[in-house]
Amino acid sequence: MSNKKKKKLTPVQQEYQAFQDQRETKRPVFKNCMKAFLTGGIICLIGQAIQTFYIYFFDFTDQTAGNPTVATLIFISMLFTGFGVYDRIAQFGGAGSAVPVTGFGNAVISAAIEHRTEGFVLGVGGNMFKLAGSVILFGVFSAFVIATIKTILITWGGL
Amino acid sequence: MLTGHRTWIFDKKPVIISTGTVVGPFEGKGNLARDFDLIHGEIWLNQDSFEKAHQVMLEEACQKAMEKANLQKDQIQFFLGGDLINQITPTSFATRTLGSPYLGLFGACSTSMEGLALSAFLVNYNGAKYILTGASSHNAAVEKQFRYPTEYGGQKPPTAQWTVTGTGVALVSPMGKGPQVTSATIGRIVDMGLTDPFNMGGAMAPAAVDTIEAHLKERNVDPSYYDLIVTGDLGHIGREVSLDLFKKHGTPIKEENYQDCGLLIYREGQPVLAGASGAGCSASVVYGHILNRMKKGELNRVLVVATGALLSPLSFQQKESIPCIAHAVSIENGGEEQV
Repeated sequence: MSNKKKKKLTPVQQEYQAFQDQRETKRPVFKNCMKAFLTGGIICLIGQAIQTFYIYFFDFTDQTAGNPTVATLIFISMLFTGFGVYDRIAQFGGAGSAVPVTGFGNAVISAAIEHRTEGFVLGVGGNMFKLAGSVILFGVFSAFVIATIKTILITWGGL
Repeated sequence: MLTGHRTWIFDKKPVIISTGTVVGPFEGKGNLARDFDLIHGEIWLNQDSFEKAHQVMLEEACQKAMEKANLQKDQIQFFLGGDLINQITPTSFATRTLGSPYLGLFGACSTSMEGLALSAFLVNYNGAKYILTGASSHNAAVEKQFRYPTEYGGQKPPTAQWTVTGTGVALVSPMGKGPQVTSATIGRIVDMGLTDPFNMGGAMAPAAVDTIEAHLKERNVDPSYYDLIVTGDLGHIGREVSLDLFKKHGTPIKEENYQDCGLLIYREGQPVLAGASGAGCSASVVYGHILNRMKKGELNRVLVVATGALLSPLSFQQKESIPCIAHAVSIENGGEEQV
């Protein structure tokens, strides 16, 4: 795809882009990966602690403790977003804070806060899922595809 | 008077008789806090939306500029300005309060110098006695417009820039005391096919280089004629790229006489990645800091080159490249009576 794009550029543009590329500050990929690993790991550790807490102190099992754990994490993420801390964690953590459920919560909540000024229906309601909407759509769709494949394999493949 | 293809020489030398600059708290913590007229402690400015805060900032800056020149609202003949929000509403709404005839401009972050060039042109040809011109941007309102919600946790790359919360307006008049606008070069669109909205500096650098070289050629002056050539918001990457481009083209611009508003405004250590950006960046830094230095006599001839990336959130999602522009205006002290 990038080759296709390159073809359309004039020689002057290509020359400048190569020139610019040498001077552009690159994303520190390895460092970012390490930070993401740590941040994501810490969030998951907290999640694990919450889950264990629910199993130990309340009447939850391994299977059922997931729901209250996710709800608690999203609640914490909401507070952090509202107090303006989550975006700073994210600048440090990158994917580490975006991939866990807290990142999903942050995407929904930050959009809701942002568009509060346009009213509840058109603002909050209409824009809340503008970032998270594609996660929901493609998440559900991929689940559907995988489930279909699994069903086919089990029914006809005899797995 | 048109010189060359796109440079105006203003023989009557319109004067910037006063300026007004208003900034937000983050800019107040930066390097140039002392040069701003008004620093707000919080970005809401007691309004219920960022867009309204944006508008109020511009109103206050106009008020400051008029106060300093001892003028009333009805003496202002035109207002030329713009911002980065859809349909430039903050500027239009602020001008509703001002009540003067109004020409709305959009040149993204180059609006400040687009406005100053046009104002000087109008004043030079007796089009007006007092013109207010300015540009503004508000970090949260602009982020909402162009990027993600302010509180959204997305990691920005090291090439990203921080939008300034700030406004700068200047009052231009045919006579009076102050630095004079001597010439202006209007930029043309330069599009090098870059598509990354998180690397504006790299996209805008060729536009700045194009305009500066055209200006020097058409005015027939050496870069050393200017004490300072200051670009709008190229940031670290844009500045470095443009310096290398000058070197490649053989334009003798010295590194120490070539600065960038986007690198001046914030202090080392403020988390702004590659520097500042936004329409208010060049406006507040030039009308605050640079003109103050000129009035003190530290600088006598300055070329301001405001750079703008003319993209929209829609255009970049549709995979369009980023067209860029730069307008240059030379501001000079007018000889002995200034000092």
